[in-house]
Amino acid sequence: MEVNYPVIVDVTLREGIADPEGATIERALPALGFNGVTHVRAGKSFRMNIDATDESSALAMASALAERLLSNPVIENATARSATKG
Amino acid sequence: MNRIGVVVFPGSNCEYDALEAMSALGAEAQFVWHSATHLDGFDGVILPGGFAHGDYLRPGALARFSPVMDAVAQFARAGGAVLGICNGFQVLTEAGLLPGALQKNRGLTFLCQPTTLIVESTKSVLTRGTTVGQEMVIPINHFSGSYTCDDETFASLVANDQIVLRYKENPNGSRDDIAGVSNVEGNVVGLMPHPERAMSTLLGSADGRVLLEGFVGAPVGAH
Repeated sequence: MEVNYPVIVDVTLREGIADPEGATIERALPALGFNGVTHVRAGKSFRMNIDATDESSALAMASALAERLLSNPVIENATARSATKG
Repeated sequence: MNRIGVVVFPGSNCEYDALEAMSALGAEAQFVWHSATHLDGFDGVILPGGFAHGDYLRPGALARFSPVMDAVAQFARAGGAVLGICNGFQVLTEAGLLPGALQKNRGLTFLCQPTTLIVESTKSVLTRGTTVGQEMVIPINHFSGSYTCDDETFASLVANDQIVLRYKENPNGSRDDIAGVSNVEGNVVGLMPHPERAMSTLLGSADGRVLLEGFVGAPVGAH
């Protein structure tokens, strides 16, 4: 029987790829009194529900669609995780 | 070569400029809606600037799945001349027809200004009428124009003479000042600057003409 699994896909820039958004955020933080924050990287997260027989197939489908559409593998990594676990 | 198809995606906005430029150079140009499944009868294809599919997700990410893109890939494989300008360049990289990717500009500002370009390779269908080192003034108009690729890709770009144009002064953080690249064969070219907006000295520059003349005049199936 198929169940509806909530899934989150995180898309982040690959190591070594410049991140002007993350850099700008990092530069803005000290002015707001947040000191000692480094290595800020901006990314995207997508939340969706997937009908599947079990959680691992839901996550497999999420990984596949993340690879094909949600991320550009040339510059980004994508990881799928369950949205029900903490 | 004189029959040019200008692909129109929902959200394209430079298709008339491209069509007009082609007509001014004596080509017979016509629009091709993104749902088209073949490009029979065309000698060359242009993917114009704009915001295909709203640039949602990433520029070019959704346009890549428009039906016409299978036809563009087939056309390119057969040696047909394909030119992606600005958003069209982003679409070609997303589709894997050109290497690398276009990221948000360094500085996170939208840039709309003339830039000076330097010709780096004359083997592409766009630069075949130019000489290496030639400088030209062509405007840019983009937010995500910072060309990026990994070291391995960069090495193969250099080894295969695929860097077509560089900026004289890097406006957007592009790797190695790259403004345009081609595939290995040289029949597929993408660039962020807009040669179709540099067709008349009255409007600031006519330097785009030599590029687009080369494209229009490229021998059919030369590659």
